[in-house]
Amino acid sequence: MNPWIFVGLFFVVGLLIPVGAIGIAWLLGPKKPNPIKQSVYECGIETVGESWVQFKAQYYIFALVFLVFDVETVFLFPWAVKLGALGLFAVIEGIIFILILVAGLVYTWRKGMLEWA
Amino acid sequence: MNLTSQDYQVLAPYILLTAWACVLLLVDLFIPKERKSVTALLAALGLAVTLGVTLSQVGIEQVGFFNMAALDGFSTFVNALLLVSGILGIALAHGYVKRMGIERGEYYTLLLFSVSGMMLMAQATDLIIVFIALELLSIPLYVLAAFARPQLSSEEAGMKYFLLGAFATGFVVYGTALVFGATGTTSLAGIVAAAASPSTSTLLLTIGAALVLVGFGFKVAAVPFHMWTPDVYQGAPTAVTAFMASGAKIAGFAALLRVFATAFPALAVDMTAVLWALAALTMIVGNVIAISQTDIKRMLAYSSIAHAGYILMAFVPYGNPAVRDVSIAAGLFYLVAYAFTNFGAWGVVIALEKKEEKGLAIADYAGLGRKHPLLAAAMTVFMLSLVGLPPTLGLVGKVYLFRAVIAGGFTGLAIIGVLTSLISAYYYLRVVVTMYMKEGEPETVRETWLSLTTALTAIVTVVFSLLPQSLFEWASTAVLKLF
Repeated sequence: MNPWIFVGLFFVVGLLIPVGAIGIAWLLGPKKPNPIKQSVYECGIETVGESWVQFKAQYYIFALVFLVFDVETVFLFPWAVKLGALGLFAVIEGIIFILILVAGLVYTWRKGMLEWA
Repeated sequence: MNLTSQDYQVLAPYILLTAWACVLLLVDLFIPKERKSVTALLAALGLAVTLGVTLSQVGIEQVGFFNMAALDGFSTFVNALLLVSGILGIALAHGYVKRMGIERGEYYTLLLFSVSGMMLMAQATDLIIVFIALELLSIPLYVLAAFARPQLSSEEAGMKYFLLGAFATGFVVYGTALVFGATGTTSLAGIVAAAASPSTSTLLLTIGAALVLVGFGFKVAAVPFHMWTPDVYQGAPTAVTAFMASGAKIAGFAALLRVFATAFPALAVDMTAVLWALAALTMIVGNVIAISQTDIKRMLAYSSIAHAGYILMAFVPYGNPAVRDVSIAAGLFYLVAYAFTNFGAWGVVIALEKKEEKGLAIADYAGLGRKHPLLAAAMTVFMLSLVGLPPTLGLVGKVYLFRAVIAGGFTGLAIIGVLTSLISAYYYLRVVVTMYMKEGEPETVRETWLSLTTALTAIVTVVFSLLPQSLFEWASTAVLKLF
């Protein structure tokens, strides 16, 4: 049997489960809408204002800075695990990689992006 | 997995420039706001040093990084041209960004990153590296296009360029995936080998190559993938447009030449007709629409589209081994001619541009001939070169190009090229007529670097047209390493 069938099965099942769960809830659940239920969900507290608001653009900077550390971990884990096999070359490569990320951090720091204002 | 010094030698200029750009990004943080000229100088120095390294590599032919990058006559030639473009781009930008109030150190760093991406593109011998290079050259350009933030037209240009550019990159990736699907490899050498075997699906390979062509057609602004060009070229800061128009075109064509000539010679039968149509369409549409433009930036944008068409002519005979080398040399020569002319013309535009996008109408050039005879003379040279009239590089470039195309047996295409050049004479010479025969009081700015760049490009455009042989001989050594 073609091993790719499992990948296909995975896709089908992965699609069916959420569709099934939401569909069954929609079929069986009682529907008694009221304004509070229909309001926008905002982490439990009462919603303030419209939900179509402009977000502070500064959030994207945080996402970018987060990326510096996030990407670092993703690559450094396999790097650390296989370090013995890869030898000195990998150490130097790893250091260069970290230095580039540090450069990104220094840049954001100097630009004052780490201060919330 | 071992890398030797030979590997590093192959990519030495690229590595040097990228490292320089990274360091410059940090150094710039400690340069006070009113002394950003230092950053510009350091960036130009980085390009000059890299240019020195590149020129010291003339004559060396090597592959490195597991056959993913090549150092050959072609890459050296293109890289030298790209680095000169970078230096000219900085010289044009330096005074301009200050005057327009958008001077930030990142401008120069982004420019360096973009140039390094372009250089990698010229050296890439693996479709994955081509893709990485494409991203490295494009992303800084998206940011640079929006550099005059919060000016709306500039933001629009950046956004448009980003969205359409990302879309076009998608085509390249999908094309690469299909090529990989057909051949099982992304290496250009591997693709050639696989294409020769009968078990390879030619259909899949052809579709993949066509998608790659679409992606690059976008980058070099070939019709029908040119829709973004006028808006982006007009909205972006003029200094960025100048760099973008030459740099991105050179790199895009370099990658196209290398990928098609080395990896897809087997597809030449199908691709030649497509390239023929692309070249003809691009020349016709670019030149005809340019006629109706009243804004100089928009006119030059359409002119840049039209010139993409002329350079595309050099691709049409790429599958014919008898004329391939000479047509590649002609294409490269034309890129040199276009780069210098283009920088000069945009330099004049910058000299007349005022804040808030004033001074950009062709009518604003009235009276320039009387008031600033030297500047007007330079602009005349550039306009003549863009038409392809003597005594300019543009003429020599077109002669070589048409000769190569006719030698390849595509006389019809050459005739379209000549006819569209005639059409283009109308709108280029209109600028000259406006400068000399209309009354007006144009105001210009005087900046040392700007004047130097304009004068230098004008001199190069004229002098090299009188002795083009040496330049063409160099371009002829820039043949591609074939597998």
